[in-house]
Amino acid sequence: MAYSDKVLDHYNAPRNVGSFDKADPHVGTGVVGAPECGDVMKLQIKVNAEGVIEDAKFKTFGCGSAIASSSLATEWLKGKSLDEAGDIKNTEIVKELSLPPVKVHCSVLAEDAIKAALKDYKSKSETESPLAATPSEG
Amino acid sequence: MVMLPIYMDNSATTRTDPRVVEKMLPYFTEEYGNSASRNHRFGWRAEEAVDKSRTQIGSLIGASPKEIIFTSGSTESNNLAIKGVAHMYRRKGDHIITCLTEHKAVLDPCKRLEKEGFNVTYLPVDRFGCISIEQLEEAITDKTILVTLMFANNEIGTIHQIPDIGKLCHDKGIVFHTDATQAVGKIPVDVEAMGIDLLSLSGHKMYGPKGVGALYVRRKNPRVRLDAIIDGGGHERGMRSGTLAVTNIVGLGMACEICEHEMPEEMQRLGALRDKLEEGIRAQLTDVELNGHPTNRLPQLSNLSFAYVEGEALMMGVKDVAVSSGSACTSASLEPSYILKALGVGDELAHSSLRFSLGRFNTEEEVDFTINQVVEAVNHLRQMSPLYEMAQEGIDLSTVEWSGH
Repeated sequence: MAYSDKVLDHYNAPRNVGSFDKADPHVGTGVVGAPECGDVMKLQIKVNAEGVIEDAKFKTFGCGSAIASSSLATEWLKGKSLDEAGDIKNTEIVKELSLPPVKVHCSVLAEDAIKAALKDYKSKSETESPLAATPSEG
Repeated sequence: MVMLPIYMDNSATTRTDPRVVEKMLPYFTEEYGNSASRNHRFGWRAEEAVDKSRTQIGSLIGASPKEIIFTSGSTESNNLAIKGVAHMYRRKGDHIITCLTEHKAVLDPCKRLEKEGFNVTYLPVDRFGCISIEQLEEAITDKTILVTLMFANNEIGTIHQIPDIGKLCHDKGIVFHTDATQAVGKIPVDVEAMGIDLLSLSGHKMYGPKGVGALYVRRKNPRVRLDAIIDGGGHERGMRSGTLAVTNIVGLGMACEICEHEMPEEMQRLGALRDKLEEGIRAQLTDVELNGHPTNRLPQLSNLSFAYVEGEALMMGVKDVAVSSGSACTSASLEPSYILKALGVGDELAHSSLRFSLGRFNTEEEVDFTINQVVEAVNHLRQMSPLYEMAQEGIDLSTVEWSGH
């Protein structure tokens, strides 16, 4: 099976590989998948005071299409609001990377990873709310 | 200078040896007779060629030329052996014994027979891919008519204890079939000394052409009889009708002759290259596991798991070397290799495996190139692997609760 040029590009030069400190209150972390299924994605977002995703990072264990899906997701997440990030659909990833039907699950996993990271960030900011309510310049 | 891409998937198929091709060519355009034509020179010449091939094959495996039945390849040989024995000996019994790590060309005929009412025992294997002779003995009942166990495994190269199995079967009066597709021509095989009654072999796995193989069928002590699958002109003593593929058969014979002459040296050379490959990779990478038996295995094959990286992604990185992966992520199913699973290899390591199979035309320079490309690819992928990161942090991956999907 031939890979699309975009998948190959993300595989050879993945964007935003790395990790943020999970404990950082501005960081949301999503880990989805399982090793026995052949893919695990860790996707992290760093959200600034304005609620905008200023940075995103990933690490993925999986095939080239899984790596490309998560790499692309980090590119798309940067600069988006949390709501906009939540609207990213796996079908858009499929289209952008020209994934064949057997690789659609890779894009689904990337969407799940985004949602998991957003959920993690939101749950953190809720528990941190007493702190967040302390005087700020806003 | 190394020519790219490098072919290191010789367990899938091999390049036809040019000496084999040369022998085959006249049989397309000059010696094109039908070996069953008994009344003219064309037929006689073709029959001579076919008989020569039987002798060459027999010589390689210690059989008489009369015991060689030509087929289209190992899949057909396996089908003929298993279904042929089952249907011929049905009145004697309905039980067949095989094992979990057999090729699909053995497992699927067994499954079909189960649908017909036969009982099949699938023996488990240990972590090296070996069956236990004691378990085999315990599995045998007075209804057992056939034991079919491969000579050497296609994914991991583990060699079964064929002489012990052969002896046990003969003591109990049970027909013993072995799928020796990966072994014949690569390591010594002797049907007499090893007590083999039926043996499948294939041309294209040993530098011969595709589309031809053979089934060895013992003629005495005991005489094995088979119910044919393909009926027609009564060729091959009625066991396999159909005009013989003379050209391919000539090629198969020549391939056997070359293997017989070159095996001692080739085993040594490929074993040394295989060891170099494994040592070269393991000297530069941690967490590389060998799948299969460490010593009792084919000299030309190496199956390695690279922890924390996925096999298909790894193959993308090892882009200039043709190898195969134990991960079935390319297929719709997400199941990794059933053979590695039978060994008890964890699913994540099964997904991380590559099979390197060396052959006659591989060089030391190609092995050096492969070592470098594998190491580079594994490092590239580990640097972006969340599993590698967790392992570095000291997290035991087996204790993590994965979300699955």
